[in-house]
Amino acid sequence: MRSEPVVQVRALVKRYGPKTAVDGLDLVAGAGVTAVLGPNGAGKTTTVETCEGYRRPDSGTVRVLGLDPVRDSAALRPRIGVMLQSGGVYSGARADEMLRHVARLHAHPLDVAALIERLGLGSCGRTSYRRLSGGQQQRLALALAVVGRPELVFLDEPTAGLDPQARRATWDLVRDLRADGVSVILTTHHMDEAEQLADDVAIIDGGRVVAQGTPEELCKGGAENTLRFTGRPGLDVGSLLKALPADCTAAELTPGSYRVVGKVDPQLLATVTSWCAQHGVMPDRISVERHTLEDVFLELTGKELRS
Amino acid sequence: MTTASGTYTPRPGAAPLPRMIAAQAALETKMLLRNGEQLLLTVVIPTLLLVLFSSVDVVDTGKGEAVDFLTPGILALAVMSTAFTGQAIATGFERRYGVLKRLAASPLPRWGLMTAKTVSVLVTEVLQVILLAVIAFALGWSPHGNPAAVLLLLVLGTAAFSGLGLLMAGTLKAEATLAAANLVFLLLLVGGGVIVPLEKFGGAGQHVLGLLPISALSNGLRDVLQHGAGMPWGDLGILAVWAVLGLAAAGRFFRWE
Repeated sequence: MRSEPVVQVRALVKRYGPKTAVDGLDLVAGAGVTAVLGPNGAGKTTTVETCEGYRRPDSGTVRVLGLDPVRDSAALRPRIGVMLQSGGVYSGARADEMLRHVARLHAHPLDVAALIERLGLGSCGRTSYRRLSGGQQQRLALALAVVGRPELVFLDEPTAGLDPQARRATWDLVRDLRADGVSVILTTHHMDEAEQLADDVAIIDGGRVVAQGTPEELCKGGAENTLRFTGRPGLDVGSLLKALPADCTAAELTPGSYRVVGKVDPQLLATVTSWCAQHGVMPDRISVERHTLEDVFLELTGKELRS
Repeated sequence: MTTASGTYTPRPGAAPLPRMIAAQAALETKMLLRNGEQLLLTVVIPTLLLVLFSSVDVVDTGKGEAVDFLTPGILALAVMSTAFTGQAIATGFERRYGVLKRLAASPLPRWGLMTAKTVSVLVTEVLQVILLAVIAFALGWSPHGNPAAVLLLLVLGTAAFSGLGLLMAGTLKAEATLAAANLVFLLLLVGGGVIVPLEKFGGAGQHVLGLLPISALSNGLRDVLQHGAGMPWGDLGILAVWAVLGLAAAGRFFRWE
């Protein structure tokens, strides 16, 4: 895979009237899948639409595949695929008709019939776009983004409102795109989507990138992990603490429910279980909680991701 | 379900421009012909008006056969229904539903999209003219004049109405465009010399109404087709001014989303 960035955003500012949607945003995305994660109103769509050439930056620079999306639009458009959050299709057109049409605008499009089957759009038959279900419209929008065999695909909330099965089908397609060397920029406010798909995650809040890295890197930094177990109520937590490394904390949250917070590694787990063995405690429901992107987001922004 | 690896390997590229424009024009025409309300406007209403007012003596169409007076007016109405009303409504909703936005991200350039829309309008007009001419001949129509003058009037009329239709579609909300385009259609149908001679509106009214693009088109067509006049320069001039103003304003104020 290429190492030069596919998207390079520097000090991007975009205002709508008095409201600043994007406020000095820096973002570098390489090959592979980059997730732009943030709550509604964080500036995700504005950032992506600036990369797609729909919006002119108020200040800052944007380069996509090395090109200026506004100035070099004619050269850039055939090379990128765009999935809009909604709409984009003639209300009287059938799914296959619109897909075939967009395929015709490209020199080497994908096989339309195979793509229709792959995304389960065959059942749309002769139904016009306005009568398709939300999920079908969403999958058609995805198909329209990839049919021209682009180098880079922008997916704006690709699984919003999809049922779990359709969601997995979309994820599978994103993975296949990645495997075949297509770069993907996707916006989402589902942290599991970012964790599942992304090589790289940029967390956006208030129009800025507040953290960027691989999901592992982001989850490693910051807060510690948690180990929970249940046992009989009233265990001697002080004795447990003495057995643990100095930087750990332990507490009985509710009677019989215990929590250890610290650097949870195999050694710590062994220490806890052997302490339990010494005290004749069977640690039921022992669990280790990994630090999630959701926790990272909460720490960075003080906001719930899905607010 | 999985796909053989390499299926999605990038191979970007725009199709050749003529192919893109042809595909776009074909799709636009198909969408128009599939739309019931559009067909009502572009086919049913002009046909009904032509048949009704040619066979029943409701309006005083002056000397000569009613069909010879009516056909040029109905041809002007057909041009207006497609280039102005139909195009304004369709484009307004394409803008509202993000179709224009979606296509703006495709390899088809904006001017290519506009060219395709024009081709689609012209194709529809050719179908309308053929249909209406066949009906008019069946009703005893006997046209005169220079076909080149007729063609020039139709082309300039199309340009004038397209500019005004796109101006409306690109600046108003889709619902407002729908309402306004239909209202304008109705007003110009009555006050634009289509079926009611402009003389009925009195001296001053006649002069003001005569400056409307629909009046210029219907009068110009009538001068040529009914009276066998040469180039109707006055009416061509009026249409040219509307075309320049309308297209320039549309180019300046059209918002794509």
